[in-house]
Amino acid sequence: MNVHEYQAKELLRGYGVPVPPGRLATTPAEAESAARGLDAKVVVVKAQVHAGGRGKAGGIKVAKSAAEAKRLASEILGMTLRSHQTGPAGKLVRKVWVEAGCEIERELYLGMVLDRAAEDLAIIASTEGGMEIEEVAARAPEKLQTVHIDPAVGLQPFHVRRVAFGLGLGADAVSKLQVFLGGLYRLFVEKDASLAEINPLVVTKSGDLLALDAKLNFDDNALFRHADVRELRDPDEEDAREREAHAHDLAYVGLEGDVGCLVNGAGLAMATLDMLRAAGGAPANFLDVGGGTSQERVATAFKLILEDPQVKAILVNIFGGIVRCDLVAEGVVAAARELGVRVPLVVRLQGTNAAEGRALLAGSGLDITPAETFREAAERAVAAARAHA
Amino acid sequence: MAILCDKNTKLIVQGVGRMGRYHAGLSRDYGTQVVGGVAPGKGGTDLDGLPLFDTVREAVAATGADASVVFVPPPGAADAILEAADAGIALVVCITEGIPVLDMLRAKRALRGSRTRLLGPNCPGVVTPDQCRIGIMPAQITRPGTVGVVSRSGTLTYEAVDQLSRLGIGQSSCVGIGGDPVIGTSFVDALELFEADPETRAVILIGEIGGNAEETAAGFVKAKMTKPVVAFIAGQNSPPGKRLGHAGAIIAGGQGRASDKIAALEAAGVAVAPSPADLGETLAKRCPELTR
Repeated sequence: MNVHEYQAKELLRGYGVPVPPGRLATTPAEAESAARGLDAKVVVVKAQVHAGGRGKAGGIKVAKSAAEAKRLASEILGMTLRSHQTGPAGKLVRKVWVEAGCEIERELYLGMVLDRAAEDLAIIASTEGGMEIEEVAARAPEKLQTVHIDPAVGLQPFHVRRVAFGLGLGADAVSKLQVFLGGLYRLFVEKDASLAEINPLVVTKSGDLLALDAKLNFDDNALFRHADVRELRDPDEEDAREREAHAHDLAYVGLEGDVGCLVNGAGLAMATLDMLRAAGGAPANFLDVGGGTSQERVATAFKLILEDPQVKAILVNIFGGIVRCDLVAEGVVAAARELGVRVPLVVRLQGTNAAEGRALLAGSGLDITPAETFREAAERAVAAARAHA
Repeated sequence: MAILCDKNTKLIVQGVGRMGRYHAGLSRDYGTQVVGGVAPGKGGTDLDGLPLFDTVREAVAATGADASVVFVPPPGAADAILEAADAGIALVVCITEGIPVLDMLRAKRALRGSRTRLLGPNCPGVVTPDQCRIGIMPAQITRPGTVGVVSRSGTLTYEAVDQLSRLGIGQSSCVGIGGDPVIGTSFVDALELFEADPETRAVILIGEIGGNAEETAAGFVKAKMTKPVVAFIAGQNSPPGKRLGHAGAIIAGGQGRASDKIAALEAAGVAVAPSPADLGETLAKRCPELTR
């Protein structure tokens, strides 16, 4: 789960990580009073959307007065911000974070991630602050420093020293970085974060460390034990269909094509996208109905797929292991009757009770194209989408 | 011979709720020696004829169990794995999906150096055809033979096994290693076991986007494997930055792309199936002697 910059900074502040003072505004007038209240020579007005690249996209502006902050906020609020991370549709800006400016001496990069290969937590530090870390990794990997932390013992002072000297911060800054990294690490493990990025981490002219930008992601699997993090979810930032799918415990990801997919199991669902491509078609979505597939879940899945106006055909691909194909078939028939499926439907049932399932479909009187093999199913769905287009 | 489990395996079930109870029954029907269940507070009673114990240690002492299958819900699943390891269980298979990854990081660290092997979490388990079923796989589609199957996905394992069985090719063991970012038994671990198993003559490896386990596996195949390996990588048409069902199936920070995995495997001499419908055929072509 992603959160906004201002939410990440409030969390960091709670763990003693220094961040600039700031206030949230949803109207230009609020931005003006926020700027006045900050009592700073300059303030920065920052669009709050779940995407990077905001500065280049015109979503971050510097104001020298409260009146200018108001004017800039009126430009940013309501704009559709388009960056390389938002996709071509862009993101509507509903909130801005008004923050006190600071005098910057150096800009650095600091990240904390779960390292899957090493099976530990890792700090990634770089002197190339403000640049995207993937870019640094590709262009100048020698400028990246990775420090692994054993999850059994946690962050140790030597980790901090390695990062400090690696960034050229000098001995005086070690204790400041200890506070900074100590807070960040505690936040990471106590709140089950999966990624933290401070980019840039700035050294101010007075020698202080400050998180000028902050990005935090949280492990969805751990949200059950963090009510406070759950509350930070911003439904405006999520795809409506993905959100509805999530509420029904279905994994759904919208894609660009015209063949809707309803599959059990994540691997088979991924492979179904591949099979449709191999058959010359284009999938409209990834959808895993999961293991305990009930009639209601199948109906919800159908509804989601049919809400996508691009969909010209639907492929149901079920390999019944634990899931019984006859139950899935009942769900398909009920959903098709209830929702009045407006596009051709190709159904492949294999595994547990597949024959019973196929008989149910054939006897339903509905126009359903059956398929035996994986390849046949994909080819028929692609042909049906073409004929229906 | 087979890997991980056979007809001598004695299995206990941790978490005997709806899922655990149902699958304990299916495993027993398949011929697996299911010798007990662990349900704190219900020790001394029984469930469908299965003796229940309060702790794993008590279950092991009473039954001599050497394997455990964990169906405990996410908040307590890592604890259940550690309890099994503490009791000296040799193989712990964790089916639970949705365990916080930091829990698994610590559990995995704690298992280092112990005699316990973890399979999963978020995996379908393991089946050695006609001998032993641990987990949730539909064992009826398997048939005994000489091809080892190892996969990050459940349903795709079934797809591969079904294609093999239809071609008359049996399996030595079918292993689901799980779709989470941090798992107990890796592709390399499974390949090592299959390489050492005299009955296994070839291996099918089914990977997917996310992480670099397939690249690491390719390195192992190149350096150490003498047996032919056939592979498929799911998610060749997946958008970056999106999690596709499995917690570990995400292309992030320029890592985890299917194309990189396929290139690494092919460079290691692995025959990669062009589509998921060609898994069985690709193996049959690579190892024609197995279809006779």
